[in-house]
Amino acid sequence: MELHLILIFMICASIMAVEIKDLISSVIALSAVGLGLCLAFLVLKAPNLAITQLVVEILLVIVLIRATIKKDLPLVRDGRWLFNTVSTLLFIGIFLTFGYFALKELPNFGQPTMLVSREYLANSLTQGGLANIVTAITLNFRRFDALAEASVLFTAVIAVLAITRKTGKAHDK
Amino acid sequence: MSLYFLCFMLFCVGLYCLVRKRNIIKIVIGLGIIEYSLNLFFILLGYRTQGRAPILISEQELINTVDPLPQAMVLTTIVVGLAVMVTVVSLALRVYEKYGTFDITKIRRLKG
Repeated sequence: MELHLILIFMICASIMAVEIKDLISSVIALSAVGLGLCLAFLVLKAPNLAITQLVVEILLVIVLIRATIKKDLPLVRDGRWLFNTVSTLLFIGIFLTFGYFALKELPNFGQPTMLVSREYLANSLTQGGLANIVTAITLNFRRFDALAEASVLFTAVIAVLAITRKTGKAHDK
Repeated sequence: MSLYFLCFMLFCVGLYCLVRKRNIIKIVIGLGIIEYSLNLFFILLGYRTQGRAPILISEQELINTVDPLPQAMVLTTIVVGLAVMVTVVSLALRVYEKYGTFDITKIRRLKG
């Protein structure tokens, strides 16, 4: 029941984040969604994820506020406002219809199949050597995931440095 | 089942924002909402009713835990999502620097 409340709170906050005109208020509403996600992770018995989500959320709010401070844009309605909104809602309706059919194929809520992780649960202390099974999976059983994650982070750093570079070669004169 | 549907609704709010809005920062926010809903969906798939967190405690049998594999994967996804968001925000700042606006319909002129 509390999960339903948290999810409804997240949906309300995300609608606010989408529809508010002021950009900084919108960013704050997005961070409210992230906080709700953190609470949902705690209720769903995933404490590692809750901690990571909180830290990432703080960093993201700092970056987004840096991007939006003192830069605001009045949102204007153009002539095709009705057509654009209706076509977007139609697209989302088609997506929801297909999603409804896909939901029938999923396992019931609260009964995961756990085909792969049964092995991890049995061997985490003997082979992985860690009491926390999520850490044992990330650091021992699926170590290449963490390697790829680190490489993605370094690629993002290189991309940000390349994008925000002040001087190009042609403009040196 | 209703939890899955609420998660889908969150995804749809993000999708509406991503497709419909014209401000680049709003588009970034929509991307963030979609990412949140996907992470939540994976964790919802691995949840077991009345389950425990997947942490071993001494002198206690490990039965009835939630699925640890989606948690390990989402742990990677959250950090990668942060990297993606920072890259997109830096692109948006660069566009603002060059064109002086966040409106995507006004960014038409090609500048050498």
